[in-house]
Amino acid sequence: MTILTLIEHEQGIIDPQTLSMLTAARGLAQEQDLPLHAVLIGANVSGLAAELGEYGVTAVHMIEQDALADFAPNAWAACVVEVMGAEKPTAVIGAGTERSNEVMAHVGARTDLPFAANCLTIQPEDDAWFVKRVRWGGTLHEEARLYGDPKLLTIAALGIEPEPSSSGAPEIISVTPNLSDADLLVRVVSRIEPERKGISLTDAPVVVSGGRGVGSAEGFVILEELAGLLEGAVGCSRVVTNNGWRPHAEQIGQTGTRVAPELYIACGISGASQHMSGCSGAKHILTINSDSEAAILAKSDTAVIGDLHEIIPAVIAEIRKKTA
Amino acid sequence: MDILVCIKRVPVTGAKVTLTADEQAIDAGYLSFAPGPHEECAIEEAVQIAKKHGGRSTALTLGPDTAVEQLRYAASMGVDDLILLETDEEFPPMPTARAITAAIQAQERPFDVLLFGNESADAGGYQVGIRVAHALGMPVVTGVKKLEFADGADGGTTVATAHRQTPDGWELYEVPLPAVFTIKEGINVPRYPSIPGKLKAKKKPIQRITPEMGAVGLEKVRLVVPEAEASDVNILGHGAAAAPQVVELLAELGLV
Ligand SMILES: Cc1cc2nc3c(=O)[nH]c(=O)nc-3n(C[C@H](O)[C@H](O)[C@H](O)COP(=O)(O)OP(=O)(O)OC[C@H]3O[C@@H](n4cnc5c(N)ncnc54)[C@H](O)[C@@H]3O)c2cc1C
Repeated sequence: MTILTLIEHEQGIIDPQTLSMLTAARGLAQEQDLPLHAVLIGANVSGLAAELGEYGVTAVHMIEQDALADFAPNAWAACVVEVMGAEKPTAVIGAGTERSNEVMAHVGARTDLPFAANCLTIQPEDDAWFVKRVRWGGTLHEEARLYGDPKLLTIAALGIEPEPSSSGAPEIISVTPNLSDADLLVRVVSRIEPERKGISLTDAPVVVSGGRGVGSAEGFVILEELAGLLEGAVGCSRVVTNNGWRPHAEQIGQTGTRVAPELYIACGISGASQHMSGCSGAKHILTINSDSEAAILAKSDTAVIGDLHEIIPAVIAEIRKKTA
Repeated sequence: MDILVCIKRVPVTGAKVTLTADEQAIDAGYLSFAPGPHEECAIEEAVQIAKKHGGRSTALTLGPDTAVEQLRYAASMGVDDLILLETDEEFPPMPTARAITAAIQAQERPFDVLLFGNESADAGGYQVGIRVAHALGMPVVTGVKKLEFADGADGGTTVATAHRQTPDGWELYEVPLPAVFTIKEGINVPRYPSIPGKLKAKKKPIQRITPEMGAVGLEKVRLVVPEAEASDVNILGHGAAAAPQVVELLAELGLV
């Protein structure tokens, strides 16, 4: 019996959320007195095994095939199921990312086992495990019982600091599953590079975000100017993308992007929970809103009350004065 | 090309979420309901595909009788046929997938394209579309933000190209139909239903099926509102006159 983990990687680098997941899964394995194993899938991945050892993994089930050079969710699931058959793990755990959630859902479908996505806490019990998981993009949590053997789950890893534990080099167990054409049907066939312009939203130290209060697509010119001065990026609310003022790629929130900048400037945004779940990781939230009762104020560090169309140009002028 | 779009009725919550006394659901007393944002885009996509490639579009939801409202909303956007899997119980992911699979198998005409939201707005289980795909033996691409179809040579199989956004750009997937796609908001901008569309939608017949729950797999015990960090907002000032205080803050944060 083991705790089996799913390793996500891209271009020779283990995904940071996988390292966070391993940190949490290692705690669970220690509590349960079970060894921590990993499934590592790809074309040229043996170099990653050592790092897994640093995170407490004692055995790596390695599947290396040319056909797996690029991500293929259903084939990954077939590999995990193969290892499950051999190892009879107590639980199979991935990180709560798009990819790992996808692979684990395939594993659940292939084995007809339940799967709990994005768990925050896990309490193993005799039959069902008691988990707390993310709902509504984090606005709500759900306490639930997860049945099935083994338990299939992913861990909401964003808030967990990855911690190595140095347990030495892991044992390598080569696995050669028979992947069918159907398993490999869905896989990345090509890629398109992004149209890079400016700093990416998720890396920007400052995000200047606009909501309905900006009023129009043209209204964003001053937000762009402020973002430019602060070497930041422009974000927006769902009302803005629904009105076609900005592209959806800039939407912050539950169904958009999650950001955690040094400073988030929320201009004409009311503070709906689905928006805030995308920016609650910001170190500082500065709100500019005409309504002194707006819900976002309770979630902000600082605020200026008034019309953003007057305040933002004044702030721009003041920055220019200071830096001139 | 016949398209099925599966949607879920969810409350449209605002800044504050309160739970019912039994902690089983959001207190929706004064709230309105809508399909989840990903699903609203999936409806729009279904209508556009049916129009462009010819064929019928069908919307399906599993939920209470009141979920008829979301089916009619889909119809008012241009969906042709409506199916309600009627239940007052909250179905976890596995029973939901089983019920949808059974309903699809019970239809006279097979679907070429099945659309789901990438994850439901409320439960966020990330799995119903994938489970249905496996049960029906179809390929599935998740998180789709662009979808195109190319007719195969000599009336051969139509192939779909699905684009998925990653932090480093776009990944492209190619799959033959029939296939399942889980859609993400941003693939299109959903239309606002027209008045004639709303009137037409009111008269659409609804196929009603009563689904069986069966084994749950994942059993909700209760919902919890996470404790919010208390934040004492510091009001820097009012209007344009507050600009110097803002720049002072920016300087403190080391940004200017
Ligand atoms: C399942 C689900 C998922 C969702 N996902 C997202 C998501 O990912 N991202 C998201 O943003 N939303 C999301 N939403 C929508 C969300 O609930 C809100 O509807 C939305 O965030 C509101 O956008 P807003 O704050 O721009 O608009 P409003 O709520 O209309 O607020 C506008 C604000 O602007 C202020 N204002 C107006 N004029 C001015 C002015 N001249 N100067 C200064 N202030 C002014 C007003 O006082 C008000 O506070 C989701 C909803 C659901 C149901």
